[in-house]
Amino acid sequence: MAGVWIIAEQRDGEFRKITFEVASAAKKVADGLGTEVTALVLGSGMEGACAELGKYGVAKVLYADGDAFAAYTTDAYTNACGALIKDGGPDVLLMGASMQGKDLGGRLAARLDTGIAVDCTALAVEDGKLKATRPMYAGKVYADIFINGSPQIASLRPNVFDIVETGGEAAVESVSAEAGEIKAVVAEVQAAEEGKVDLTEATVIVSGGRGMKEADNFKLLEELAGKLNAAVGASRSAVDAGWRSHTDQVGQTGKVVTPNLYIACGISGAIQHLAGMGSSKVIVAINKDADAPIHTKADYCVVADLFDVVPELTKEV
Amino acid sequence: MNIVVCIKQVPDTEAVIKIAGDGKSIDTGDIKWVMNPYDEFGVEEALRIVKDQGGEVTVIGAGPARVVEALRTALAMGADKAIHIQDDDLYGADPIAVAKMLAKAIEPLNPDIIFFGQRAVDDDSGVVSSALAELLGLPQLSVVTKLEVADGKAKAVRPVEGQTLVLEAALPAVITAQKGLNEPRYASLPGIMKAKKKPLEVKTPADLGAERSDFIEIAVLNPPPDRAPGKTVEGESPAELAANLAKLLKEEAKVI
Repeated sequence: MAGVWIIAEQRDGEFRKITFEVASAAKKVADGLGTEVTALVLGSGMEGACAELGKYGVAKVLYADGDAFAAYTTDAYTNACGALIKDGGPDVLLMGASMQGKDLGGRLAARLDTGIAVDCTALAVEDGKLKATRPMYAGKVYADIFINGSPQIASLRPNVFDIVETGGEAAVESVSAEAGEIKAVVAEVQAAEEGKVDLTEATVIVSGGRGMKEADNFKLLEELAGKLNAAVGASRSAVDAGWRSHTDQVGQTGKVVTPNLYIACGISGAIQHLAGMGSSKVIVAINKDADAPIHTKADYCVVADLFDVVPELTKEV
Repeated sequence: MNIVVCIKQVPDTEAVIKIAGDGKSIDTGDIKWVMNPYDEFGVEEALRIVKDQGGEVTVIGAGPARVVEALRTALAMGADKAIHIQDDDLYGADPIAVAKMLAKAIEPLNPDIIFFGQRAVDDDSGVVSSALAELLGLPQLSVVTKLEVADGKAKAVRPVEGQTLVLEAALPAVITAQKGLNEPRYASLPGIMKAKKKPLEVKTPADLGAERSDFIEIAVLNPPPDRAPGKTVEGESPAELAANLAKLLKEEAKVI
């Protein structure tokens, strides 16, 4: 049962979007290797949901049911996935480079004594091997990587790989797996603020920098973001000034984001910020300084005062 | 409390990264090297815990001779001693191989907590910490913004997509620091003077009995894909600029 395996990601019994992105990317790799995609699903009472993965190119689902699998823990996933992977011996193992995948990937690689390419933005098959492309130095360079171990593990950056519907229903096989000892326990889960979109999952981001002048002015960006169902980000200067929470920071020492649309307001475009948002699909810069480096990265440059333009833009969208 | 902080020396985030002649590594000629910014949060947290609860902070870094500078910075912040795993070829190594080397160095120290930065801002992998936790059979609390250590237990706040988790584990544990955990102190002048006299032990991978085994092979490094040149949005007034921009985003870029 070799081939290409993926680790599905679910929350409260529903697959997360990244799962469909990973399945779609895995299907292309499997086609290149002349093999099929198997998905590992750990959950509780999710058997009925598994066949749906067939739509995204998964031929077979290995489903392990258990209370310990209802929500992700490092230990249960490492123990269960580790054992199933050792048994099945896939050539390639893919997962999302989400918070879950980033937590799990390195640990699984060490357990399986193999290599991992994290946060990949492209995959290809060359001479029967996986070639993974990943940004380094927050996108200042891109590395093409081969993994000389088995399985070849790669995690995929969210919101980069297209979701492709190819197939029908996947065959679902129930398997038993041991969660083992849970050493790091999830004691509490707090929901984020209602309606707040996470930066790494947002398809549109409105971001503010030093040009916002003070914390209160971010209301302007909140209003625009509200109309666009966008998340609000910030540059390091805005975070260091205490105007926004550190969780909002975009850049090399914050979050690396790849939305469809990134609107940079009053951001000059320091190299470490550009690295964090430079792979956004469309970039808009609103900055009154025509020489600001952000304008060299932007697809659409608005050389004007953000305090004049942003409220007008909120009316227009 | 016996605390180890693993430190990586990385190019300053303002550094321009150029690809070296071999096409597989970076040109290190003009680079200013600093302690990985996320590691500073780990050092700071370790110092605060030891101040409250007593104990000792050991910092460990692997890489060429220049890594000593990052270790001295941590000593100047207040860490007690340092271990340098010296190997000229280690920069850019497979994180799994680095984790194996660190495991050999850390295991005999029997630490209660091993801190890492949540990722290094050069290879952006974030793999070494969880690989090390696995190799030593320890729980991992990753990317944490708040930490309480008491009664042999760690309780950590970990923000994930759309949720905040509170994780708990018995010590010893591996904990990785995210921005927000604390405000790292600057090294004071007396701190810098004192750091010069603090113990700094140099070991080679051979001393540790660690064999280098890289699974990762970098075939080539490329500059980021070029972006098509942008256009300046025209308009006489803010309202006109906004209207034209909205039109372009809807009709040309089709992103809203």
